[in-house]
Amino acid sequence: MQFQKPAGPNPTDRQRVLGKPTPRIDGPAKTTGTATYAYEFNDVAPNLAYGYILGAGVAKGRITSMDVAAAKKSAGVLDVVTYKNAGEVKNSDFNTAPLLAGPDVTHYHQAVAMVVAETFEQARAAASLIKVGYQKADGAYELAERKDSASVPKDDADTRTGDYETAFANAPVKVDVTYTTPAHAHAMMEPHATIALWEDGNLTLWSANQMIEWGKQSVATALGLDPSKVRMISPYIGGGFGGKLFIRADAVLAAIGARLTGRPVKVALQRPLVFNNTVHRPATIQRITLGAGEEGKLLAIGHENWSGNLEGGDAEQSPAATRPSYAAANRLAVTKLAVLDLPEGNAMRAPGDAPGSMTIEAAMDELAHELGLDPIELRAINDTQVHPESGKPFSRRKLMDCYREGASRFGWSKRSMEPGKVRDGDEWVGMGVASAIRGAPVMTSAARVSLRGDGSVLVETDMTDIGTGSYTILGQTAAEMLGVPLERVEVRLGDSNFPVSAGSGGQWGATSSTSGVYAACNQLRTAIANAVGVDANAATFADGRVSAGGEAFDLTEAGALTETGEVTFGGRGDEHEYFTFGAHFVELGVNAYTAEIRLRRMLAVCDAGRIFNPTSAKNQVMGGMTMGAGAALLEELVVDPRYGFFANHDLAQYEVPVHADIPQQEVIFLDGEDPLASPMKGSGVGELGICGPSAAIANAVFNATGIRVRDYPITMEKLLPRMPTV
Amino acid sequence: MPTNLTFDVSRRELLIGSASAALIAGLGGWSADAAPPQRDGSVRLTVNGEERTLELDNRTSLLDALREHMHLTGTKKGCDHGQCGACTVMVNGERINSCLTLAVMHDGDEVTTIEGLGTPDDPHAMQAAFVKHDGYQCGYCTPGQICSAVAMLDEIEAGMPSHVTPDLTARPQASEAEIKERMSGNICRCAAYPNILAAITEVEGARA
Amino acid sequence: MKSFTYERPDSPEAAVKAYQRARGARYIAGGTNLLDLMKLEIERPAHLIDVNRIGLKKIEETDEGGLRIGALVTNTALAGDERVRRDYGVLTRAIVAGATGQLRNKATTGGNLLQQTRCPYFYDTNMPCNRREAGSGCAALEGHSRMLAVVGTTDACIAQNPSDMNVAMRVLDAEVEVLGPKGARSIPIEAFHLLPDEEPPVKEFALRPGELITAVTLPPPVGGKHVYRKVRDRASYAFAVVSVAAILQEDGTGRVALGGVAPKPWRRPEADAALPKGSKAVADVLFADARPTDDNAFKLPLAERAIAAVLADAQR
Repeated sequence: MQFQKPAGPNPTDRQRVLGKPTPRIDGPAKTTGTATYAYEFNDVAPNLAYGYILGAGVAKGRITSMDVAAAKKSAGVLDVVTYKNAGEVKNSDFNTAPLLAGPDVTHYHQAVAMVVAETFEQARAAASLIKVGYQKADGAYELAERKDSASVPKDDADTRTGDYETAFANAPVKVDVTYTTPAHAHAMMEPHATIALWEDGNLTLWSANQMIEWGKQSVATALGLDPSKVRMISPYIGGGFGGKLFIRADAVLAAIGARLTGRPVKVALQRPLVFNNTVHRPATIQRITLGAGEEGKLLAIGHENWSGNLEGGDAEQSPAATRPSYAAANRLAVTKLAVLDLPEGNAMRAPGDAPGSMTIEAAMDELAHELGLDPIELRAINDTQVHPESGKPFSRRKLMDCYREGASRFGWSKRSMEPGKVRDGDEWVGMGVASAIRGAPVMTSAARVSLRGDGSVLVETDMTDIGTGSYTILGQTAAEMLGVPLERVEVRLGDSNFPVSAGSGGQWGATSSTSGVYAACNQLRTAIANAVGVDANAATFADGRVSAGGEAFDLTEAGALTETGEVTFGGRGDEHEYFTFGAHFVELGVNAYTAEIRLRRMLAVCDAGRIFNPTSAKNQVMGGMTMGAGAALLEELVVDPRYGFFANHDLAQYEVPVHADIPQQEVIFLDGEDPLASPMKGSGVGELGICGPSAAIANAVFNATGIRVRDYPITMEKLLPRMPTV
Repeated sequence: MPTNLTFDVSRRELLIGSASAALIAGLGGWSADAAPPQRDGSVRLTVNGEERTLELDNRTSLLDALREHMHLTGTKKGCDHGQCGACTVMVNGERINSCLTLAVMHDGDEVTTIEGLGTPDDPHAMQAAFVKHDGYQCGYCTPGQICSAVAMLDEIEAGMPSHVTPDLTARPQASEAEIKERMSGNICRCAAYPNILAAITEVEGARA
Repeated sequence: MKSFTYERPDSPEAAVKAYQRARGARYIAGGTNLLDLMKLEIERPAHLIDVNRIGLKKIEETDEGGLRIGALVTNTALAGDERVRRDYGVLTRAIVAGATGQLRNKATTGGNLLQQTRCPYFYDTNMPCNRREAGSGCAALEGHSRMLAVVGTTDACIAQNPSDMNVAMRVLDAEVEVLGPKGARSIPIEAFHLLPDEEPPVKEFALRPGELITAVTLPPPVGGKHVYRKVRDRASYAFAVVSVAAILQEDGTGRVALGGVAPKPWRRPEADAALPKGSKAVADVLFADARPTDDNAFKLPLAERAIAAVLADAQR
C-alpha cells in the first residue's frame, strides 16, 4: 500500500494493545540465555571451524611480505585466508575501506589474514605466528591539520538562506564559537560475529547485522555471487547503534574461510580489534555563529562542520542539527570533508544530529547567557512551526510544549541564572537544558502476516531488533489490527527469506516496519472477511473474532491465510517536514577539588506522535541519554598521529558509562498523534534521546562552574585550570 | 566441536610442534613415575547441578568451555578481557568473569550460569523482574547482569563493603547507590541502567 | 596464546619446585591480569603453575599485633575482613575502589601486587614498548599518555602502576613475604616495585626468578583516620587518574601516598612530614622530580587538589 496522508481513522486507533506499556515478548528468551546471537548457532552444522582475524599493524602502506607457513603448520590449522588466496573481494557501495587488506593497507587493524582452525584457541595461537612485512606510507590522521584541505563533498552542497554574511555582521549580539567533538566508538556489547555455511553453492550467514537486505546484497557483491544464493539470518543482535548497518570483515572472511576449507566457519572480532577494524563516528570541528537582536530574536545562524574520512567516505552531517532548529531569516550550513587515513568513519546513532546537537545547543546556551535570557526563553523566542529553510510546516512540532512540561517537572525555576553560584558540599551544582531534534524518515517496508488455523498469528519480516523493541511493537501492531491478544502473535525477524523491511537505522525502523505490518494486516483482514463471507469494509476485529452486520465468526473459521504487504511512503508528499522533538534537562555536580563531574538527575520530555510501546520507547530514550552522557563526559577515540590509529582500543581505555555514572532518569512522552507521519500516526524515537543530552550536560557544567569547555569530552583537565582555588 | 578432536590435535601439537620440542627438553626434570604436565586434559565441572567431564585444551577459558564445548551460550563474550562483565557466572556461589579464568583451574568447581537460574517457563525472580522492568534492550549483557545481580545481593547480605559504603564497620544497606556501584562491572551499552536498578531493587525488597 | 602445560601443586614448596623444573613457567593465581595479557601475546608462558590450591588463604594476627595476609586471599576477602575494615580502613577503601565485584572475587593479594601497567602501548604488540620488549623504545613518551606516570619515570618507560591496593599497602608499610628456590625472604613494599632505569630493560618487581609471593604482612595498626580518594573519569570500574591514600592523625601528622602518578605507589617521608603544612607542601615534595608529558601534566595540580580534599575531609 502507499501511505496517503493524513492517516484517517484506522484499527490502530483503538490503542488496546498499541500504546500500552508492554513487556517485551522476547524478554523471557533474553533473560534466560535462550535468545540466540550470531556466534551461537552451534547446531547448524556439526563441524564448525573457528576463524581468528589478524589486523594490520600499520595504518597505511603496502604488504611487502606475508609468511603464513608457521601458522599453517600450527596445530589444528585448516587454512589461512589472505588476499593471495581469498579471490576477489569487491566493495559494495556500503563499504569504503576494503574488508580484507592486501597488498594495500588502508587503515590500522584492517584485516590482513584470518586463520581457520579446529578450535578457537588454535586459531588465535596461529594468528600470532603470521609474519607480515609492511612498507609504511605517510598518512594524514589529524582533522585539525587537514582542515584547510577539506572540500565540500558531493551531494553536500552548502545551504544558504537570505543574506547570512550581512545579517551576522550587523547583528547586535553575536556568538562565534568553535567546538570539537572526538571520534566515538559504537562499543556495542556483542562484537561483530558471523557463522558462514556453504551448501551446494548457496551461502548462509548467521551474522550480527542491522540491515538484512543490505547485508545480503553486500555479501553477494563482495563475493561475486548472485544475491539469490545468499541468505542472512540475524534474529538477535547484541547492539548496533549503526556499527552493524553494513557488513564487516567477519562476514566476508567467514564466507571465504568456509569456502577455502570446506567447513562452516564461525568468527567474532576480538574486542581490541573492533575499534580500529570497523567503523566509528568521525571527529568534527564545528563553528557555530549566532547573530541576534538585543531581545533574543535570531537574525543569522551559521553552522560549519569539518570532518574526515577515507577517500570516498562520507562526511559527518552535523549541520543537520541546526537546519530545522530555530527561526532566522539568514542561514548558512556548510559541510566539509577532509581525507584522513584513519579507519572508516560511518554512521553512529543519530549521525550528524548527535554531534551537531552537541554544538548548536551549547552555542544557544552561550547566546542566552550573553543576552541574560533564560535558555528556554531563547528557544521560545526563536521557535518555528515551519522549517526555517524550506518554509514547509512540520508535520508536528511540540518543542516548546516539551520544554514547558519539562521545566515544571524538573524544577527549572530553581536554576541560578548566574553560573558558579550553587554549592552543595564539595560540589558546584548546575542545571542545563537542550533541545532534542531528530528527523523522522521512513523507508519502504514489507511483512508477511499469517493467520494460522488455530487462530494465532505469525508475523515474518527481515526487520531486526537490535534492542529497540521491534519484536514487541510488530507483535502489538498485528494484535491490534487483527483483534487478538499479543500472546497469540508470534514474530519472526531477521531472515533474508522474509519480506524486505526497512531495517534498523536512522530512527526509521519503528515507524516503517510497523507500517509494513499494518499493510499486511489490512490485506489479511480483507482475506479473513472474504473467507467468512462478511463485508471487509464493515468488519471489526476484536477478541479473536471478526464481526460485521450482526454476524460474528471466530478467526479459526477463516482457516489458514497468509498475506504479504508492503508500505511505501511516496504519499507523504513534499508539503511537510518530518521530525521528532524533545527537551533534555540535566542537573549535575562538579567537584570543587578535582573537577570530577557526576550527574544528579536527567529528564527528557519527548514528542513523536503516538508512541507504540511506551515501555521500550522510554528505554530507548534513556539509552540515548546515557550514550549522550558518555559523549559529553567520557568518550574519545584518541588518535595517535604518529601511528595513525585509535590508541585506546579496548573497553578499559575507551570508557563508556557504567551503572554508577547514571542518575535517576525520567522520560515523558507528550500525548498526541501525527497522522501525517504514518498510518501508525507516530514516529520512532530510537535516536531522539541522544540528540541534546550532551549539550544539556555541557550547559549544566557551565551553570555549575562558569566554565565553558568547547572540546568534548568535558574531562577534569579541561576544567581544572579555570576552577577556583580550594 | 567434538571435544575428543581437540584432544587429539593438541596431543599432536605437543609431539611435533617446533616450539614444543624445546619445551619437552625443559620438562626433563620430571621423574619417570610422575607424568609430565600436559597441554590438555580432563576437567570435571558441575554446571547448573549437572556433573560434566570435558577434555579441554589448557588454554580454554571457562567462558569458552561453557559456550563452545557445552553449548551453554547464555553466557556471553563481550570483550574476553574482563572489561565488560557480559561473561559473569557464579562459581561456588561467587560471581566472576568467566573470560579471565581457565576452565582447567576449576576442576571440581560448581558453576551456575544464566541457564541454571531459570527458564522461560520457570524463571528466577531476578529474570522475571528484568522482564517486568524492561531491564535490557539488545539482551547481550543481560545474562551477565542477572547473574551478577543475584550474587551481588548475596554479597550485600554477607556484609561485604563497597566503594560507596559510608561506614566500613557497619553493615551495608541495599541502597540505590550500593546497587549501582556493585553492578558497575556489568556494562550495558544500550544503557537500561535505571530499569536494571528497578528490577534488582524489586527483588531485593522481596528478599528482605 | 601459545600452548602451555599446566600443573596444580598442593603446597608453596611444591609450587616453587615446579617452577624450577619447567622452563618458561609462570605462577597463576586469580588470572585476571595474566590471562588478559596472554590473550594479547604480551605474556607467553610455556608452563602455568596454578597456585590456587596451595593454601595461603588466611588472614592471621601476628605476634607483633599486625596482620599476615596470605597471598591467595582474594581482594574481596581482604577488603571484607573485619580487622582490616576496623584497623586498616585505607586498605579496604583502596581495594573496593578498584576493578569490580567480579574481578575482586578472583584477584588475589599477591596477584594485585604484580598488576601490570595499563599503558596503551604496552597493550598493543604492534607498538614499541621497552617494558614489553626491551630496546624497542617507548611509544608513550610522545604519545597518548594521559593516564601515565608523571614522576619516577625515565625515557625508557613512563608507565604507571594502576593498582589501588598497592597504594594502601605502601602507606601501611606492608612487607611482602616470598618463597623462592633459595628460600624465603621478606621485601619491604617500598622496595618491591621498581622504577625504570634510564636504559631498558624495564625491571618491574624486586622478585628473583621463581620467587612466589606467600604473604603480605601489615605492621600493628597506627590508628588515625584512613582515607582513600580515587579520582577518575568514570564513577566506577575505572583506573585512577590520581589517587591519594592517607592516614591522618588528629594532631595533623600522618602518612600519604599517591597512586596513578608513578611506576610504583608514590610516597616520600618528607611528604609525610609536610602534611601539617597542607596540600601544596606535600605535593611540592612528592613532585619535586616530576617530568610529566603535555598529556598528563594536569595530574600535578589535580593531585595537589585531591590531597587538599583529603585533608579537608579529615578535619570534618
